[in-house]
Amino acid sequence: MITIKKNTTSRALKDAVELLSGVDLSVCFQCKKCSSGCPVAKLARTRPSEIMRRLHLGAGNELLASDLVWMCVSCETCSARCPMGIDVAAVMDALRRLALERGAPKPEGNVPLFNRAFLKTVETFGRSYEIGMITAYKLGTGKLMNDTEKFPAMLKKGKIALLPPRGGDRKTVKRIFRKIKESKGAKA
Amino acid sequence: MKYAYYPGCSAESTAHDMNQSTLAVARALGIELHEPKGWTCCGATAGHQTDRLLAVSLPAANLSKVQDMKLDMVVNCAACYNRMKVANHEISSHPTIRQGVREALDRDYDGSVKVRHLIEVLLEDVGLPAITKSLKRSLNGLKVACYYGCLLVRPPGVLKFDDPENPKSLDRLVTAMGGQSLDWPCKVECCGGGLSLTRTDVVVHLTEGILEMACAAGADCIAVSCPMCQVNLDLRQQDINKQTGKNYQVPVVYITQLLGLCLGIGTGELGFSKLMVPASSVLKKVEANSHE
Repeated sequence: MITIKKNTTSRALKDAVELLSGVDLSVCFQCKKCSSGCPVAKLARTRPSEIMRRLHLGAGNELLASDLVWMCVSCETCSARCPMGIDVAAVMDALRRLALERGAPKPEGNVPLFNRAFLKTVETFGRSYEIGMITAYKLGTGKLMNDTEKFPAMLKKGKIALLPPRGGDRKTVKRIFRKIKESKGAKA
Repeated sequence: MKYAYYPGCSAESTAHDMNQSTLAVARALGIELHEPKGWTCCGATAGHQTDRLLAVSLPAANLSKVQDMKLDMVVNCAACYNRMKVANHEISSHPTIRQGVREALDRDYDGSVKVRHLIEVLLEDVGLPAITKSLKRSLNGLKVACYYGCLLVRPPGVLKFDDPENPKSLDRLVTAMGGQSLDWPCKVECCGGGLSLTRTDVVVHLTEGILEMACAAGADCIAVSCPMCQVNLDLRQQDINKQTGKNYQVPVVYITQLLGLCLGIGTGELGFSKLMVPASSVLKKVEANSHE
């Protein structure tokens, strides 16, 4: 059973998701195909069909704290199999963007920190720099030595590049990041 | 056959072997590849999880460079291929997105550059008869589980790459090379993609499911065309074995590495030494059957 609390943010969340994703949430008839095919649904506390239903029933910002929001791997199986053609993956993207905007609590594994670390290397070098991103992420989580035992072998085999990438058009990429920040500032 | 080739960031790091084998195979088959000067990151998953306009502008910066080259864009990384095609779709179908991209890039881009996956070029432009004619060796009945993952086939309406539930492109290549492509249920399952570092537990769980099915089908190796799939399936076997007491030792190779082998290209040039699970069993089987 799904119980939800009506609160003041409810309309804003449904409307914001529909606006950001271009999805009409009302056409979902809860066949649960999205949840059946979802590779992480069995590991998460929430399922995609439940997210859809809660949104439709008027859930508020508390939905942005659902573990599935950042456990979703963007595999898009849900969107590909929805009989109503709903882009469920776009709904998940919208929820993530809203979670960032509205300051939702940090999820397990801190994917937002990872994404920031990844995009920072892109903004700096024009291309992603794996070792730079991994270091920034691990420093941020405070678990620097976690999952690092394979690094020596990877470096030895040349399976990961030690030095930052060169040759990318950094000027254009810096401009893109600057313009996006400006347009967000203008909206806020 | 002349194309603009977008390698993608992984090509310079964890997928250096994919890039090496792509270039070697292209040379052998007379496919001319030209890198757009100053190509930059497509933004990948982090981009579209963060901001829609960012997720479209980063690929568009590359697509507009390729437009100036007046060539089709060829991509081998499934993730980059996906982002490029989605960006084209977003720009062509939403005037406001196109306007936003114009402001971000300081130039207009209309979403019209044709984006092709290398597999499409191999099957449609080069063609299986020409490929078969160029082969120097056979896969000698090697049992190959072809693994497509997510980003090559979804969203199907935008990518239009093969059948999204039971794709056969890689299988057709394997069969043409004299391998035995396996019928198995995990072709388009997800490996956990970008959660490799953040939720390693999820990735270990998902990759184990895929490895288990590949082994049950009797696979000698898994063939992929996505750097994230390759790294997750290859790298995480050690973790799975440690956590479960099982002993997975399945080589996870790029389809271009297999094709390169059959075209008679040396293993060094194809980046075989970079695999975490060595492909010695695969090499032995193929080299035992040289036509030369």
